[in-house]
Order: sequence, then C-alpha cells, then structure tokens
Amino acid sequence: MRKFETLTSWAATLPQPNIDTDQIIPARHLKTVKRDGLGRFAFEAARYDKKGESNPDFIFNQSPFDKAEILIAGANFGCGSSREHAVWALADLGIRAIISEQFADIFASNAPKNGMLLITLGRDEIAELMQHAKSKRVRINLPSQIVEIEDMQVKIPFEMDPFDKKCLLEGLDQIALTLRQNAEISTYEARWEKKTPWLFHD
Amino acid sequence: MADPQAKTLFDRIWENHVVGQRDAVTSLIYIDLHLIHELSSPQAFESLALNNRKVRRPDATLAVPDHNVPTTDRDKPVKDPESALQIRLLEENTKAHKIEFFSMHDIRQGIVHIISPEQGLTQPGMSIVCGDSHTSTHGALGAWAFGIGTSEVEHVLATQTLVLRKPANMRITVKGELLNGITSKDLALHIIGVIGAKGATGHVIEYAGPVIEALSVEARMTLCNMTIEAGGRSGLVAPDDKTIRYLKGRPRAPKDGDWDKAVAFWATLKTDAGARFDKEVVVDAKKIEPQVTWGTSPEDVISISGRVPDPTHFENPERREAAKKALQYMGLKPGTLMRDILVDRVFIGSCTNSRIEDLRSAAKVIKGRRVADNIIEALVVPGSGLVKAQAEKEGLDKIFKEAGFEWREPGCSMCLGLNPDKVGPGERCASTSNRNFPGRQGPGARTHLLSPAMAAVAAIVGKLADVREYE
Ligand code: SF4
Repeated sequence: MRKFETLTSWAATLPQPNIDTDQIIPARHLKTVKRDGLGRFAFEAARYDKKGESNPDFIFNQSPFDKAEILIAGANFGCGSSREHAVWALADLGIRAIISEQFADIFASNAPKNGMLLITLGRDEIAELMQHAKSKRVRINLPSQIVEIEDMQVKIPFEMDPFDKKCLLEGLDQIALTLRQNAEISTYEARWEKKTPWLFHD
Repeated sequence: MADPQAKTLFDRIWENHVVGQRDAVTSLIYIDLHLIHELSSPQAFESLALNNRKVRRPDATLAVPDHNVPTTDRDKPVKDPESALQIRLLEENTKAHKIEFFSMHDIRQGIVHIISPEQGLTQPGMSIVCGDSHTSTHGALGAWAFGIGTSEVEHVLATQTLVLRKPANMRITVKGELLNGITSKDLALHIIGVIGAKGATGHVIEYAGPVIEALSVEARMTLCNMTIEAGGRSGLVAPDDKTIRYLKGRPRAPKDGDWDKAVAFWATLKTDAGARFDKEVVVDAKKIEPQVTWGTSPEDVISISGRVPDPTHFENPERREAAKKALQYMGLKPGTLMRDILVDRVFIGSCTNSRIEDLRSAAKVIKGRRVADNIIEALVVPGSGLVKAQAEKEGLDKIFKEAGFEWREPGCSMCLGLNPDKVGPGERCASTSNRNFPGRQGPGARTHLLSPAMAAVAAIVGKLADVREYE
C-alpha cells in the first residue's frame, strides 16, 4: 500500500451532504473484476452530460481542480452501499485525502485500506477550508495531524484512529499484520467452539 | 438509571467476539459467518491468490450470485458478458477454496440476505458479515451483522477476523401500535425521516419496545435492513420466542443436543435493565401513516396524505439545497399532493421486501384487480427460489400474473438495475427496495420507496395511493 505522510494540493469542493456511493461510482461499473481504471467513471452523472461531454460546471472539470488530490465534501460522504469501488474510483481519479464533517461508516473503513486519508473536521472549519480552497492550496501533515491553508496562518488539528494512522504512514498490509496473530485466533476459536459448538462444522 | 455494570445486547455480542485488543481503540474481532456474492468478491479472491493465502474457515462461508443474475430465461446462458464473468468467477473461486456455493439453478439461490435466514444460517448472537451494506438485515434474529468492503472481505477470508473499533450503542424504542395497513417498511422509513440519513452513523441500533416485539421475524428483517439508510452499519432485535420458532427445523439451524444448548445460550442475549445507550430515540407508532419518499435520500420521506415539500421551508441551508436538487431530479413541484404523482413502473422485490409475507400482503391488495394502463411494467421478484416456490404453492403467482404483473426468478433485479431490469431515464418507479439515490435503478431513474402493499396499490391506481382505501 502507498504510504501517506504529507500532501500539498489543490482541493476540490463538493459541499452538498449525503454524496452516496451510487453518485461516486454508479452500480453499472461494478461489473468489473479489477480494482483499477474506475477513475473515468467517478461522479459520472455530474461530470458528463447526456452526450458524454464534460460538464464545465463540475469542479473536477475545472482547472486547477481537475488535478486535485484533496476533496472537501459535505457531511455523510460515502453513504449507501458498501462498494469499495467508490474508494478505488476516487483513488484512480487522483484523490488521496478527503475532508468532511462526517463519513459514512463503511466508506470510512474502506478508504484507509487503500492508502486514502479521511479527515473529519467541524462544520465551521470545513466552511473556512472550502472558502479558501478556491484560491489556495491545502496542505495535510499526517504525522502531526494538521491541515493548513497555503500562505496562511490557519492550522487545523485533526483526530485520527491510531491504527489507521500507523497503517497509512507505514503503508502496512492489514492482513499480513493479522496473520501474525494466528495463534491468538486459534486459541479464541477453541474457546468459542466450546461455548457454541453449533457454529463449527467440519 | 444507568448501571455501569449493565450491558446492552450489542455489548454482550461484541465481548463474545473479541479475539484480542489491538491498541487503545481497536480490537481483533471474530466473524462467525461470511456471506459472499459475485459483485464485491472477485478482487478479494484475486488478491488472496496473489499473496498465496488460504481461506481460514470455508465451513463458515457461503456464496451465492444475486446482484446481477437475470430474472428470466434461467435455462439460457447469462447474456451480459461482464455479469457472466463475475458469476463464473464466483463459482470458480469458491470451488477452489471449498466454499459452499448455491448456483443460479439451485432452488435455494436468492438474495444473500434472504437466503441465509431462510436456511437457518443466521442465528442469534453471531457476528455476520457480507460485502454488502444491507447485511444489517440479519440483525432481526439477534445477530450482529454488518456490511464490509472488498478489502475486509479478503481480510475475513484469510483470517476469519476484522480489526474494528467498537461502535456506539443506540436504542430506538417503538411505543404504541402500528395502525391498520401500516407495515415495518413504513416504520423503517418513518424512523429514517425522524433521525435522518446519518442519524445512526457510528452506532449499532437496538430496536425495542412493544411494537418491535409484536412484529414477525420477517417484518423485523425489513426494519433491520433499512438501518443502513439511517447510517447505522447494524440494527438488531433481541431474540425471543418468535426468533426460536422461526429457526426451529430450518436446514442449518442447530440440531439435536446442540439445539437445546443453543436455545439456552440465546436466552442470555438481551440488554440489561439500566444499561447505558449513547443515543436513545422513542417513536410513537400510532402516528405513523403509510410512508413514501419524495426525494433522493431515504430521509426525504412523507406520509401518503402529504404534499411534496417546499425546499425553502427547510431551516438547514444544506438540506434546502439538497431538497431543491432532489426535486429537480425527481421532476416534482413543491405542494403537489403525493397521491397525484403518476407512476410508470412498479417493483416488488429486493432484500428489504421480497419475503413470503411481503408477497402475501401485496397479493392481498391486488387480488381481483388489474394493473393500470399507464404502468409500463410491474415486476414481482421473489427473494429466493424457496420464497418463489412457497408463493406458487399458495397461488400468489396467479394473482400477480392475472393482474398484469410479471413473475420473475429471484435476485436483486431492479433494486440496483445491474441486470436487464431497469427503470428508464425520467421514468418514475414505485419500489419496495431501500434506496432512492439518483441513478440507483438506472441512469435518470426516479424512485419512490414504499411498502409492498403500497407498491401494489400504486400499480393498480397508476399513481401513488393510500393502501388503506383499497384493503
Ligand atoms: S436487493 Fe438491492 S439492496 Fe439488497 S443486496 Fe441486492 S442490490 Fe443490495
């Protein structure tokens, strides 16, 4: 997994709340058996018009935000289905960090497993960031857990799950980590099987 | 009074599944049952193979194709090459790892959240996951069940565990009683309207109170299913006599000596008096009328007697903007009576409402009536082959077909429009499914969520209508 330390980039803003995973990547693109190549379908309905032409009003079609690696979004971002394709599509579009007031639970657990940093901030902080993001770049420092606006004195600290932070900083593979606990899992299984033998059938 | 020793039902299930503490906030959690389907698993199996990893507990895993299977011509090959490939890969991957697979030609095939309870695999006190957000459905039997992404699917396949942070506890107590014609779908939509689409984010909801106790197990499934639409990854109901009666004799329910042991264990699964919940909501069921959505989030919901709201009346500026956009997408004007809204298609199906009780309640309304002329297509898609067979035994298929409905093979179908069952651009669908997001049932599709009986009435009238006038 790609490591995440610091990032300075233009930040695209999508202020509306409840941007669901069907909007991020429509279901018809889930019929893939691969993880890559989904970026061109990200936000498809908003990004292209009926003829398939770019919609100039959509932020990802505007320079310099077409190269944004940061997205600042309205509350409850990523609600709806569990599809990890939403994270894959955003990552393929170039997004490496998303800032929102609140993320939907499943999206929030999918993102860090793909090296994507999610930052939760308060409503006023988001409003301030959104306003400045139009003309200034945003800087994220994961080790010190700070979001900054370029050339300004604004420094916003953020909270972070320590396990997710470690995995992002070191680019760790979570499965490899858990496999190291094999013995512990076996001990648990033996204990649990004694209590609920009907859940084990081999 | 909060008692620090008192535990919630969810606290108990969580504690039972802690393999070990990872750090201050995360734990390694054991998973009892892993359900997989064709859409969210191919990348997990691919990565498993790349890393040369094995499936830890094939015996705790079941696979079924449901999301993109066609609902007609099951004897012919799947036409769409991408769907065919996903279905084939699911079969090959599960075979390679010795995981049980219900093929499209097996009568037990159906929507993953329908078939697991039906087989008796879903049981109280279990931890259950599936690469699908509506895994919350299984909570109806007192299981802690939640949807996961593909990376987590792979994690569970390889380790039978997940690294999790404990969600918070929320209780929704439903008082009073449901009035005539009101179903658990109306209750679910009403609750989402009250707490909002993110009202339960980060929480496990326990549904409690006299109304929940009075619901059938199937009706509880509808309620738990919709928990994710309020942001909650899982919803659950404490097991009771109904749960035990539901499970008894099902093919995968505990057998012989295990049955009594299991029943004794299930009896311990409840919330202590005085247990603390991080959030508590009380709902009065008597106030609930038949519900229908007007917008593009399940929280955009109103009684059938209501009118399309005026976005300028919302206090929250974000909500105002969202409502304006939603009405534009839905092609609706503020102030329009909900019952004046014409419908083009009707869909009775999905993991929310495709069980036998759902089909019975729709058939009861339809019996002896005809689908209105303006309806392009009215579909009934049973949740599983076994639901379909039961319905046919009861003659429900005839009632539907005589009224002008199509009677299809089981699968997700028009809930997400991955197979040929789609709602066309600008068309309006009265749907018993769970999401009215833009484009959910097809690009440009307009969805109104409602109960099976309400969908049946919409088919007959050709407009959204009040089921209480047609019973
Ligand atoms: S019926 Fe719809 S919501 Fe349920 S599992 Fe299938 S696609 Fe998902």
